[in-house]
Amino acid sequence: MAARGEAGDRGPKVRSDCWIAVEIREAGGVEIALESKVAGLYGQSIRTLVAGGCRALGVAHAGIEIVDQGALPFTLAARLETAVKRALPDCAAEFLLPMADRCRYASRRDRLRRTRLYLPGTQPKLFVNAGLHEPDGVILDLEDAVAPSEKDAARALVRNALRAVDFRGAERMVRINQGELGLADLDWIAPHNVHLVLIPKVESPEQVVAVAEKLGRLVPAREVFLMPIVESALGAWRAYEIATAHPSVVALSIGLEDYTADIGTQRTLQGTESFWARSQVLNGARAAGVQPIDTVFSDVTDMEGLRQSVLEARALGYVGKGCIHPRQIPVVHDALAPSAAEIDKALKIVRAFEDAQRRGVGVVALGSKMIDAPVVRRAVTTVETAVLVGRLRADWRDAEVRG
Amino acid sequence: MTKLERNALGRLVPVEINGEPAVPFPGVRKHRPTGRKAAPPIRSCVDYPADGNKVVADLKTALAAAGLRDGMTISTHHHLRNGDFVANAVFAAAAELGARDLRWFPSASFPIHAPQVAHLESGVLHHIEGSMNGPLGDYCSSGKMRGMAVLRSHGGRWQAIQDGEVHIDIAVIAAPTADAFGNATGDRGPAACGLLGFALADSMYADHVIVVTDNLVPFPCIPWQIQGNHVDQVVVMDSIGDASKIVSGTTEITKSPDRLLIAELTARFCDEVGIVHDGFSFQAGAGGTALSFAIFLRDIMRERKIKARFVRGGSNKYLTDMLEEGLTDYILDGQTFDLDGVRSMRENPRHVNTSPFTSYNWHGKGNFASILDVTVLGATEVDLNFNANVVTHSDGLLQHGIGGWQNCLFAKCTILPIPSFRDRIPVLLDEVTTICGPGELIDVVVTERGIAINPLRQDLLAAVRGSSLPIRALADIKGEVEEICGGKPERARFADKVVAAIKWVDGTVIDSVRQVGS
Repeated sequence: MAARGEAGDRGPKVRSDCWIAVEIREAGGVEIALESKVAGLYGQSIRTLVAGGCRALGVAHAGIEIVDQGALPFTLAARLETAVKRALPDCAAEFLLPMADRCRYASRRDRLRRTRLYLPGTQPKLFVNAGLHEPDGVILDLEDAVAPSEKDAARALVRNALRAVDFRGAERMVRINQGELGLADLDWIAPHNVHLVLIPKVESPEQVVAVAEKLGRLVPAREVFLMPIVESALGAWRAYEIATAHPSVVALSIGLEDYTADIGTQRTLQGTESFWARSQVLNGARAAGVQPIDTVFSDVTDMEGLRQSVLEARALGYVGKGCIHPRQIPVVHDALAPSAAEIDKALKIVRAFEDAQRRGVGVVALGSKMIDAPVVRRAVTTVETAVLVGRLRADWRDAEVRG
Repeated sequence: MTKLERNALGRLVPVEINGEPAVPFPGVRKHRPTGRKAAPPIRSCVDYPADGNKVVADLKTALAAAGLRDGMTISTHHHLRNGDFVANAVFAAAAELGARDLRWFPSASFPIHAPQVAHLESGVLHHIEGSMNGPLGDYCSSGKMRGMAVLRSHGGRWQAIQDGEVHIDIAVIAAPTADAFGNATGDRGPAACGLLGFALADSMYADHVIVVTDNLVPFPCIPWQIQGNHVDQVVVMDSIGDASKIVSGTTEITKSPDRLLIAELTARFCDEVGIVHDGFSFQAGAGGTALSFAIFLRDIMRERKIKARFVRGGSNKYLTDMLEEGLTDYILDGQTFDLDGVRSMRENPRHVNTSPFTSYNWHGKGNFASILDVTVLGATEVDLNFNANVVTHSDGLLQHGIGGWQNCLFAKCTILPIPSFRDRIPVLLDEVTTICGPGELIDVVVTERGIAINPLRQDLLAAVRGSSLPIRALADIKGEVEEICGGKPERARFADKVVAAIKWVDGTVIDSVRQVGS
């Protein structure tokens, strides 16, 4: 029987994706049967891409059937590679399109991570415009959003997206799978300018170290940041150990769906059941000097509920929130930003502090009140954040002089 | 072979359409016709029942009484949208009477009118002059229709009727409520649709007018959107339409985050360039993006305590809420899209009926569309000269009508909020497949990847200087789209045969559509 593999999706509801079936043959070259809604616009381009893919993957003779609903080149290439590898499981070649210049920017350890937008790894139509909604990070998800039978397809799509899609300055994150599967995920994504890897369901520092060491071998010249996710009682118990497991850890996050199941209860809107874990993760992160990042808010229609949830997280000390819909992003950014009253108060403190320094006075006072050093530090942070999120002009000192 | 000439936009257009001479588009505001308007024949009360009862047995009787002959022009209207039973019934009756080579002159067509293809095949219909949607567009694009399709805007349809370019032999007007005299309204009845404005010209200029209703009320039918004094016969049907497909229960705003982003950018743009001020006016269509634009605009108006003088448009719950909240003095309704719109029209004197005559007609003493401060419209394609297409897709297939789109381009600021590409179909191109609107009338294109302002509008470019809005050159956005889609698209391949003419608002020919395939 001839080896055969299929990948992708077809049907009336499919958009920006395609279905490709590959049947490996003994002779006759590569024969392409193309049915595409963009046949008139990109028919030749699709044929050229598929022929190039077959060469790259070492397929000399095959019947290739394509049903295309306007898939972009990176998606077509991933679907082809997955179909070929399902037909030929031993195929070790890769089919890589050129890395786009728009994918080459770097990230920073201390960058803002207020929002991270989850993108299911098998939904290419959601990738292309994700950056337009200006999240601080995008997460290409290989874990929970991907069915076990589609893990291979998601790896190819996510890798190709990392090489093709302009996420417009967002930190380029990938959530890998648990355990061995997750370590194998790294082979696919590490070399393609992934900025940060989210490690799910972490319960021990060793899990973090295993990922960090493998990344070090795969891309020795570049540091890939890590964000472990605590999703169990044991993980919460060991939050500090996990956050300090490796210097590449820049943030520690909490996932509440699995956590509440693990402690034998259900998630409520009030969140009493997770209060300890959230405090524990927060303190573990702060003690380790990394960013504490809150879980996702899963009702995409309830914007007021989201706002309240972010305000509460912010009150606990969290600096970021997971988003599962782009419209959640501005709500989170808004709720995490310092308010006008907070900025005003912080500016007064900073000015009083700078004034005291100029005059060589050791004690800072605002009116009749003495101001402690940590209060000044917090005010400085508030002012810096306000500038960073556009609530305060960077030249606020000059503006002040001009009155 | 149709004789073609190059018009002012460089497009090859027919100089003769279905045996009548046609004028190539000479440029915006260049065509100045003279002469007098068309008029219907003089009639006498002698020939109509003095008791005002014009009800006849059925459509066949009415068509026969109208003197139905081969080659006649029959008009119908689209206010029942995809729930319309009347147009299909009219042509079924005409076929039973043995008529052939008819011209169908609808104000628009919908997928429910697919049975017209069978009449084109059998010879009952010669050709269609109106929007060519779905299966009718496929049929026309494949070159199978005997005559040439003619696509006009709503205002252009009025202009063609009043100028005598299209002579309507028989107008059939679907009426959700009517009396036996022929007075008719659309704002009530089981098939309530709101406004009957698209049928107004036909009622005034056609030789013969038939009103079809499923809700006959005793004289007088109040209000009357159509005057019975224009009407020859009244026909009662069991049902003139499927209410669920005429108006939607509630209008849904888009959930697409990308479209919401485009709508939000459009509203912010309007605010930042100073369009949103006390007493301003706007028009927004019924598409998801246009609707969301209205909602973002509403939020800005609330926040800044700004009130509009009037809103023009397809009315829906969101506009009627604004009216009731006092955010606008008036709704000038051109088409009614949901049950809230119909109710508001029936109950609120500030929700006002308009027609293509008041809103759109170019050969009149002005129209409302050009008074608007801003209008937001869709498009299938836009090119580097800001020319835009609304009738064909990039594969060359005729798929949509013009609607009021061309007429609305005359607003003080015309904005097209559109995605820069759909799936892998670029919307921004070097050259559009079909020009429906000349770029000089299109001021701003808002895409999810940035806002492009027509260089002709230096005032708008100056107004956004220093703004945080993502202002970019159209060519720059187009370049990014081509990078994403994998290069410039191949051009659609066409045969030589011209299958449709696209009229401009003044009746001149702005472009032509060729048969698809080589």
